[in-house]
Amino acid sequence: MPANRFNGYTDYEVGIGLRVPHYDHILSKKPIVDWFEIISENYMVDGGRPLKILDQILDQYRVVQHGVSMYFGSAQPLNRDHLKRIKELTKRTKTPWLSDHLCWGSVDGRYTHDLLPLPYTFEAVRTTAERIRMVQDFLEIPLAVENVSSYAAYNDSEMTEWEFLNEVVHAADCGILLDVNNIYVSSQNHDFDPMDYVNSIPAERVAQIHIAGHSKFEKYILDTHDHPVLDPVWKLYGRAIERSGPTATLLEWDDNIPSFDEVHAEALKAHRFLRAAETAMSVGAGLREEAHV
Amino acid sequence: MNLLELQRRMAEDVRRPLTEDYEMRSFADDGRPVADIAASYISPNSRLSSFERLEIYNRQYWFRLITAVSEDYPTLNALLGQKRFDALILAYLDEHPSTSWTLRDLGAKLPAFLAAHPEFAGRRHRLAVDVANLELAYVDAFDGKQLDPLTTEEAQAIGADSRLFLQPHLRLLELAYPVDNLVLAVKKEMPEVDIVSSAATHRDVTNRAKIPPVKRGKLFLAVHRYDDSVYYRRLEKETFLLLEGLRLGASVAAAASQAFAKSKLTPDAQALLLQQSFAHASQLGWLCPLPGTDVALPHLEMKVN
Repeated sequence: MPANRFNGYTDYEVGIGLRVPHYDHILSKKPIVDWFEIISENYMVDGGRPLKILDQILDQYRVVQHGVSMYFGSAQPLNRDHLKRIKELTKRTKTPWLSDHLCWGSVDGRYTHDLLPLPYTFEAVRTTAERIRMVQDFLEIPLAVENVSSYAAYNDSEMTEWEFLNEVVHAADCGILLDVNNIYVSSQNHDFDPMDYVNSIPAERVAQIHIAGHSKFEKYILDTHDHPVLDPVWKLYGRAIERSGPTATLLEWDDNIPSFDEVHAEALKAHRFLRAAETAMSVGAGLREEAHV
Repeated sequence: MNLLELQRRMAEDVRRPLTEDYEMRSFADDGRPVADIAASYISPNSRLSSFERLEIYNRQYWFRLITAVSEDYPTLNALLGQKRFDALILAYLDEHPSTSWTLRDLGAKLPAFLAAHPEFAGRRHRLAVDVANLELAYVDAFDGKQLDPLTTEEAQAIGADSRLFLQPHLRLLELAYPVDNLVLAVKKEMPEVDIVSSAATHRDVTNRAKIPPVKRGKLFLAVHRYDDSVYYRRLEKETFLLLEGLRLGASVAAAASQAFAKSKLTPDAQALLLQQSFAHASQLGWLCPLPGTDVALPHLEMKVN
């Protein structure tokens, strides 16, 4: 299950986000890390230190690209210049798959730089799926779309968020970057059971999983990526792994970033679930063989 | 409301300027209550009204963009103080919303905007414009494009009629205040950051540096990248004019002639400075061949006047 066509048939385990405060530690101590996720936009520049550091990382580690500005759900034509820049970077990183968010963020040439939620309508399914297909065709690598955290719901929505996600990935024939922290955050903001969401995902399309921390406010929860992963999120993660098998997992920690070792140790807690899923899979395979005999 | 209509509606609401207390405005420009607008497409839940849900995005938009610009202009922020700086950025972003997928270029027009709006800086207006120009030059030099510089042979073959490219990441500044040390001191205190999370809950205050008095004094400065670090290099006026001439496409002879036209240096000193200027520019990789041309043209006699 972990290696599938949506993650380029790779078997990546636990990775962490490559962040500026950790550059020196990584390059000098060369810690053992299965893979790094980079924010594509931080390296879509013409030259200088960001690309030099990236090349040094690429010499020693596997890197997967994650974007924040594709805006698959924006209703207008794709930005070709942006796509060309991404494709250039994919050639440099040789990322086996590429992910971005199931959201919108720009209209009429103006950018909000936010991951704005889509209305869960059939029109949005068609528009978004068509754009994902176009991007996938242009980039020529597998794409995975990530569910976002949201704080608003639209009057026009015609289905649940997970139904919308399923409709889009089937229509686009793309993978899913399942962010279980985002599921938890949205479940608290929109009063649904997050386990219903996880149980409804087509497990065979999950290319990667995100885990992260969040912040609780008086009336809502915000996806801040500035804390360790909380228990309810680990629980969702455990269930997601149970369904999809050991899957490439990445911890996002983007604000109040602690030491590299602390971030890495938090990420490696995922191994507990991955090993359990591996054991369950091998036991299942053994039982099937026995039955066959 | 179809998808495009909804996105236009929400984009207008998200980009609407906040109140002075960083809250969502109660009324739109046309006088309609924003609560009514929000309720027309956003549903409430048991804890948050449609207005409050929209406000989360409205505030996030402004906090994120203000933070992004502030990170590029920490010295300007310290010089103007938080309140004035925020007023400047809000007015700037209202006039120049983002038109790019990257936040990197968001502050690119800020120095020009500040130059045209002295009301945001008061008596220190020119100083503030100089600081802004230098901080923008740093951004450009940090990750700007780098061309292959002239080889040693090509540099030796520079002739009077040669036309050269300057390294794209090199910025030349004519400043009324010597702000290089000031900006360097503040930059050293600033952590490098990257673009990651979209969540923004408050206005980040990242710089509380005290700005010492700065005396007026002309400064010609090159901001450039060498070995992946950004450097400021003070230039002689003649060297600055020479490089400016080359950047504008003049031949070596024409740029040199213009650079030394009003120089008070003796002819020997001029010749020496011209030679040194080219030597330093070559060593630092600032000079590049024009694409598709041969630098090897007749040698320049080192006599400029």
